[in-house]
Amino acid sequence: MAGQEQQQPQPRDTEVEEEVPAPPAPAEGQASASTQGVDDLLDEIDGVLESNAEEFVRAFVQKGGQ
Amino acid sequence: MRVMGSETEYGIHAPSAPGANATMMSARVVQAYAQVTRLRAAGGAETRWDYTDEEPLHDARGWTLERGQAHPSQLTDQPPVLDAEAVALAYGREELELDGEDESGSLLMNMVLGNGARLYVDHAHPEYSSPEVTNPADAVAWDAAGDLVALAAVRRLAGDPELPPVNLYKNNTDNKAVSYGSHENYLMPRSVPFNDIVRGLTPFFVTRQIICGSGRVGIGQDSSRPGYQISQRADFFEAEVGLETTIRRPIINTRDEPHATADKYRRLHVIIGDANLSQASNYLKFGTTAMVLSLIEAGLAPKIEVHEPIAALQTVSHDTSLTATIRLVDGRRVTALDLQWIYHEAAAKLAQDTGVADAVDGDGHTHAVLDQWATTLSQLDSDRPAAAASVEWLAKLSILEGYRQRDGLQWGDARLGLVDLQWADIRPEKGLYYRLLSRDRMQRIVKDADIAAAVTEPPSDTRAYFRGRCVSSFSKDVVGASWDSVIFDVPGYGRLQRVPTREPLRGTKALTGALFARHREAGPFLAELLGSTPAPPPA
Repeated sequence: MAGQEQQQPQPRDTEVEEEVPAPPAPAEGQASASTQGVDDLLDEIDGVLESNAEEFVRAFVQKGGQ
Repeated sequence: MRVMGSETEYGIHAPSAPGANATMMSARVVQAYAQVTRLRAAGGAETRWDYTDEEPLHDARGWTLERGQAHPSQLTDQPPVLDAEAVALAYGREELELDGEDESGSLLMNMVLGNGARLYVDHAHPEYSSPEVTNPADAVAWDAAGDLVALAAVRRLAGDPELPPVNLYKNNTDNKAVSYGSHENYLMPRSVPFNDIVRGLTPFFVTRQIICGSGRVGIGQDSSRPGYQISQRADFFEAEVGLETTIRRPIINTRDEPHATADKYRRLHVIIGDANLSQASNYLKFGTTAMVLSLIEAGLAPKIEVHEPIAALQTVSHDTSLTATIRLVDGRRVTALDLQWIYHEAAAKLAQDTGVADAVDGDGHTHAVLDQWATTLSQLDSDRPAAAASVEWLAKLSILEGYRQRDGLQWGDARLGLVDLQWADIRPEKGLYYRLLSRDRMQRIVKDADIAAAVTEPPSDTRAYFRGRCVSSFSKDVVGASWDSVIFDVPGYGRLQRVPTREPLRGTKALTGALFARHREAGPFLAELLGSTPAPPPA
């Protein structure tokens, strides 16, 4: 694991079961809108990612399967 | 096109209860869905799985593995009994005691659903096995319906103050050396020699991942090398052909368990695929594979042999540039795209010759699959941003690259690992695939309404229709079911009535819909179906 996980500038997102309202979808189709769309998308994803990345990923341990 | 179906084992995680027993949690998922649907409440007992015709040790190469030689996880023909002893044996007593509120020792492990699917606990994961369908669009719809089934169970558990919330992930690895499967099943005539299947499919399976891989952060089974690769599963394959599914996983699996008339059919059990959220990737996974099987049946599969297929599989997976070449036994070097085009060309020619792709007289699906396949291969070659709207590994990669550029993250950064994991969270507000879908950045193959309908409705054109309608119409009288049987316990009949359903294309709506419409009670329904009057009850 890389050793720089202490910096966690993401917004808190607690594990409550409520709909996170999605920002309105950007207009599709134009190349110039596409970059803007990626930035919007990353902002949205920042808001839904679990809060402590390193701990969350480490705790996801599965038993074997098929 | 062909009878087919999917199986999805979900990754399961309760963040608030680390160390919770996975088998127990999986049973709670099944239990929760039973509560949601009340399918169990009506009968006072679950619809039990009928294990009579399960033959997990039959090998398609013509022999049967002795039970004593088998890995315990291969014995899937016995009902799992989740009693204290079994859990302790499997996972150690400490875990049991952490969790041990199950005094009865009989949590629900199995359900047959009204849509014809099976929801059950497979080892340490909840698994949804779709009903049998006849084309890849329906395969997408009933596979995605499974994600809604899983979601309903997750919501139910989240609303239960007594139990920890459970997250389910439609992925295939925990990135810590463990993998769990997403399987496909295809019905084939038994007359096709198994060696032809191995020869025809292996080069296709080595390269199919470029159109339907789900993408994975990390290289190697334990992700010890930083990076990104095309397939979730590729690094977990260690054999070319074999019976196992949990150890020494083979590219071609030989489990010969037809769940149908055994001298006519084989069920090809495919274990190499990734679980797909992307509808387009899932559609191509089923559609192209079904077409390659038609090539093999016709004796027209491309005459290609890959040198060292396991290594080639991993070479392809590790090369997101799609420029790496793999060596063929005849000495040629080709890219994965080259190989896919060779298969596409052969499939297109066969479809033209047989007329199945004809706009008017065709089967209504082959033409669309061929088009989507060609479009995807062209885009992978020359328009990757366009391909990212359909190909799952590229869609995921576009988010990861966005993070890498914006925040300067290295591949080993935990946040990229989290993006990979959370891509597959089945909750639409948390799952990153669903965030893209809601912005119309992912191609839809089937309408949302059709997926929602497939949660409760069986496909109309296979025996799954009969199974599903029996479960939903006569819930209290159906005591067991399997792929090839439905078992009734009806007052008036002296003993259980087992209705075999060994022909996958019978029991359809066309054949049995009117029968279901005529009867609201199981007794008269069975009497008409079996052409008999009930035996008098014992005196």
